[in-house]
Amino acid sequence: MSPDLVKPTTSARLPIARDWWIKTLAGVILGFMLALALVGLFAWLGPGGIDAPEKNQFVMWMITPVWMLILSFIYLCRSGLRAVTYLVIANGIAHTLLYCLRH
Amino acid sequence: MKIRSDILRIYQSIHTWVGITAGIFLFIAFFAGALTMFKQPIDDWMHKPLSKLSGVPETQLNHLVSQVLQQHPASKKNFQILLDAQQHAIVTWAEGKSGRELDLNAHRWVASLDAQGQLISHQETPSKLAELIDLLHRTGGIPGMLDDEHLGIYMMGVASVLYFLALVSGVILLLPTLVKDFFALRPGKNRKRFWLDAHNIVGITSLPFHLVICLTAIVFAFHDQYYDALNHFVSPVKTEVASVQSKKQVLAPVELLTPSRLLDTIRLASNQAHIHKLEFMNLESARPMLRVALNNPRYLVRGPESGYLVLNPTNGKIMNASMVPGKEGTWMAIVAPFFSLHFGSYGGDFVRWVYFFFGLCGAFLFYSGNLLWLEKRRKNQALQTVSNRWMAATTVGICLGSIVAVICCMLAGLWFYQIHPNTNILFMPIYYTVFLSSLTWSYWRGAARASVHLLWVCSLLLLAIPISSLLQNRSNNMNINLVATCMACLFTYAAIKTSRRVQHGSKDSVWARKSVSLVTENSSTSVNNPA
Repeated sequence: MSPDLVKPTTSARLPIARDWWIKTLAGVILGFMLALALVGLFAWLGPGGIDAPEKNQFVMWMITPVWMLILSFIYLCRSGLRAVTYLVIANGIAHTLLYCLRH
Repeated sequence: MKIRSDILRIYQSIHTWVGITAGIFLFIAFFAGALTMFKQPIDDWMHKPLSKLSGVPETQLNHLVSQVLQQHPASKKNFQILLDAQQHAIVTWAEGKSGRELDLNAHRWVASLDAQGQLISHQETPSKLAELIDLLHRTGGIPGMLDDEHLGIYMMGVASVLYFLALVSGVILLLPTLVKDFFALRPGKNRKRFWLDAHNIVGITSLPFHLVICLTAIVFAFHDQYYDALNHFVSPVKTEVASVQSKKQVLAPVELLTPSRLLDTIRLASNQAHIHKLEFMNLESARPMLRVALNNPRYLVRGPESGYLVLNPTNGKIMNASMVPGKEGTWMAIVAPFFSLHFGSYGGDFVRWVYFFFGLCGAFLFYSGNLLWLEKRRKNQALQTVSNRWMAATTVGICLGSIVAVICCMLAGLWFYQIHPNTNILFMPIYYTVFLSSLTWSYWRGAARASVHLLWVCSLLLLAIPISSLLQNRSNNMNINLVATCMACLFTYAAIKTSRRVQHGSKDSVWARKSVSLVTENSSTSVNNPA
């Protein structure tokens, strides 16, 4: 996707491409959407279901840790393109499930 | 534990860059946040205890409230009943606008009854210094509003995201050598080693605290957006009818229940908590509300100090009992600790002191992180690179500048109060003037000299705090004087050490005297020093 911005010090190529911008953007935007869908699934399928009183506050709190963990570990993907692909697939599955639950 | 070197290298870069971008911002947040642990003591110390009015017992409370509402129309919208430990009450209300923005000209009225049952009331201007320090903590001192919310709060949210990345990457970096390096503090010739060890010890020992603070801070910054997103993507798809009807209500004149009847209802629902404050709100609207602040140190609660009970003051019906200490529903019981873990509102004064200490440690963590960045980039040459010197000057200017500025505000408030009752208007101009002057000084004189100057200024100003207290006979809060004196000693020590390094330390460093002004030498260095 994008070339390595930082040249590796040794002549061997880095096994993990850095791709800072694309990985970070993927983690921030797609990661947030995925976190939202995951906590949404918990809201519908977790204990008490969607109508449990005050549960939405807990659900809201859960967005941050899930999102942050996705963002922190997205840099382990082999390349920016892969990071985007994984997140798009995961988002697709999670949001489709959520859509079915809501309708 | 073994981790592949390419992974380590990636997280090393992340740690460096998020640290350097968010670190200074977080320094202010942590240092100011440590002070917010003692908001009430700070305000009490600023102004001698305000209301000398003695409260009325509950039997006279009904009379007091009806007198206030009759004689002071300003109280008809919002007023509060404050109860002390003996459950004696005074009534207070505010004149001025309310909202998220801080009104520094706001006055407060307090009222009680005299021995003959006559209403006595007077106006007072409570100190807003603690509130402003809290604002500094939440916004980092960045001015401006964005859609009814402080711009700085969103910036702090972004900084907290970077802070989380820094925490995760920092732990990953430390994992391979955790056992060997943990608790190893190696002083000596290698300054970088020493700072790194100190940085690691503080970071790892307070990691749980940092994770909690960081995650909650992100939520505090973005919760409105989160709820919007949840409504949009997760909530059940709503039919449009329900929302329209509720707005068509006829405004009837509000008839409040008597305070004693309300108190009876509250006692039944309060789960033995101490009733601290009754806030009557929106009394001239369709949704009058009474929010009761309940204190019970045995439970983790929702607010910075209190749990809440919400009821309708016109009919005594309970609207929300899910925030009463110890009585929360399952989900609320899980959520409430998130708040108190950030506010340090459990376990009383002991935990406040622990949080104060952790807060200062956090500030040290960011400061030492920046120093490490500088040491790592140090070149073996007398004049360091431009970026290095700018970073050094920025770190010194902002970190020490914000400390100097807050201390100046405290001192100015203390002395100005002798001539004028409203000290609040002073704080903002003083803070920004002092802060920006320190920053300018740091850029002009360079990090090496400015740090010595600013450290001395810090310790002298800190010493002025107990001296001023003594001169003005304010013995009502000795802890502040004590902490200020200790801090003054610490800053003096730091000043002596730094000045020794500036004069006798190695010459190839941003801390050497030679790397002076940034502004004047910028042009020449970029030619001399292409690296």
